[in-house]
Amino acid sequence: MSLLELKNIYKIYGELHALDDVSLKVEKGEWVSIMGPSGSGKSTMMNIIGCMDKPSKGQVLIDGVDVSKESKKNLTNIRRDKIGLIFQQFHLVNYLTAVENVMLAQYYHSMPDEKEAMEALERVGLADRAKHLPRQLSGGEQQRVCVARALINYPEIILADEPTGNLDEKNEEIVVDLFHKLHDDGTTLIVVTHDPEVAEVAQRTLVLRDGKLSKEIVNENFTGKIRFDDQNPF
Amino acid sequence: MKKRKMFFRMITASLMRRRSRMIVALLSIAIGATILSGLVSIYYDVPKQLGAEFRNYGANVILTATDGSFARADMQKARTAVEEDDLVGITPFRYENVRIKGLPIVAVGTDPESAKKTSPYWSVDGEWFSSSEEVMVGANVAEKFKMQVGDMIEIDYSPEEKTDSAPESGVINEDFMYATVTGILDTGGSEENYVYMNLPDLANLCESDEKIDIAELSISATSDELKSYVDKINSTVPAVHASIVKRVTASETTVLTKLQALVLLVTIVVLALTMICVATTMTAVVAERRKEIGLRKAIGASDKSIIQEFMGESMLLGFFGGLLGSILGFVFAQQVSVNVFSSSISFRPLLVPITVIVSIAVTGVSSLVPIRSATDVDPALVLKGE
Repeated sequence: MSLLELKNIYKIYGELHALDDVSLKVEKGEWVSIMGPSGSGKSTMMNIIGCMDKPSKGQVLIDGVDVSKESKKNLTNIRRDKIGLIFQQFHLVNYLTAVENVMLAQYYHSMPDEKEAMEALERVGLADRAKHLPRQLSGGEQQRVCVARALINYPEIILADEPTGNLDEKNEEIVVDLFHKLHDDGTTLIVVTHDPEVAEVAQRTLVLRDGKLSKEIVNENFTGKIRFDDQNPF
Repeated sequence: MKKRKMFFRMITASLMRRRSRMIVALLSIAIGATILSGLVSIYYDVPKQLGAEFRNYGANVILTATDGSFARADMQKARTAVEEDDLVGITPFRYENVRIKGLPIVAVGTDPESAKKTSPYWSVDGEWFSSSEEVMVGANVAEKFKMQVGDMIEIDYSPEEKTDSAPESGVINEDFMYATVTGILDTGGSEENYVYMNLPDLANLCESDEKIDIAELSISATSDELKSYVDKINSTVPAVHASIVKRVTASETTVLTKLQALVLLVTIVVLALTMICVATTMTAVVAERRKEIGLRKAIGASDKSIIQEFMGESMLLGFFGGLLGSILGFVFAQQVSVNVFSSSISFRPLLVPITVIVSIAVTGVSSLVPIRSATDVDPALVLKGE
């Protein structure tokens, strides 16, 4: 049984088919990238996988359970228990320190544990910045806090939306390295990106175009390391 | 760490680290609480303050004799029935018929120092009488006899029985006194028809014991308190009959009731305005935090926990605003009292928790609608920046 399965998903806004009969499977521990140009339906797909939206038609199975007909309240619970979210804009609470931002995810999930939150920050190399407010952190550091927040509750899927979109090359590499470590630990990663260099480090890349899956590329030489050259297949 | 501890850590962080934003909200609550607690202080102090003002219009309790006249001891006994703090003054009066230049006039024996307290509205041209052989005459008397301050006059005592049994010679002024006119009394009332002197002087003139016909009491109290004082005097001093001057107390009660109703109305209006102001502020606070609400929902916050957190913040604001308001409210009420009534008000410690509780409740109620609307935020839209 796949960890995530989309079966004939449609998302229709009036005349617009944001997603048009999309089906895919993601196995446990897999690292998948979803690529596509603007307006291809990447964000809609991310919202549906992240339980922040429901499809107009089709099934979304997480751990074999169809969540496509669940109420908003249940979707919130599923999101909290199974999915860790990483955003392009980081979306840290600006008046909470780095460690408090990580504890916020614990607070809604189970019990806040400062020690554990500190360990998560240590994993992303930010233990010494734990007491800093987001405005005192660089973009790369904020994104690492966002990663620590996403992984703190040991989610089954980490869903990242353009995680390196606002980062320079150096920080992009740091974040991808973090993904690599998470993947090594057995975490399932779904990364939505339009950056080929970030997409190609995944085991598999799905290309969306006009709401349909147009291509699937399997990375035969998967290393989980970013390559800044012209040899990527995109 | 317990969830509750994290909850307080979050809401205090929100207040402390977003100070510039929160100060605006805090000020709107504090101003409302200030006016509220100030007006409530004034509401409760108005009767006391105005009661003291009303005492300028004369006595509000009269003691009359149950049998002819009463003694000074009876008056003192009645005096002890009234709390020292409430008693503005008590003045004895004795009325006797005398003659000046052969014409009948009423002489009043009293205690000038007490009369100044119970009748502060009396206007005297010259001085009040103090020693014996000094009198103060009413303006009508002065006009009738062409008297001026400093004139020496002769006052003859002519009781009924002596007049009736007067010898044929027509000499009726067996008892007389010479006195200096120290002042001319102007009240606009019947007091202008009398001649005033010390009570012992009148007793000497009449060659009788000191006795009192009536006594006036000026008591700073509400109508209910006055009633209980009157009942107490009537039950403890049999020689006198105390009664309330209804003309005075009824006007006082009417004015006080209307004034208190006005203050109450203003308080309610201020309360409503505060609620609108807080609701507007909270709506703005919630609107500018839509993204944060979206994020919280995205990472698993339920509607209930969002409401709890925002309510927690607004109630904490209500607490601090109420605390600040109760202190500033006392200062405000004090200023009003000093400037309007020329006296200070007493600090009511109970008003602090009441103001804080009302402030928390008002903030909570007025935040409810904007906070509930915050839970409608769609995380997907907000996080995309739409």
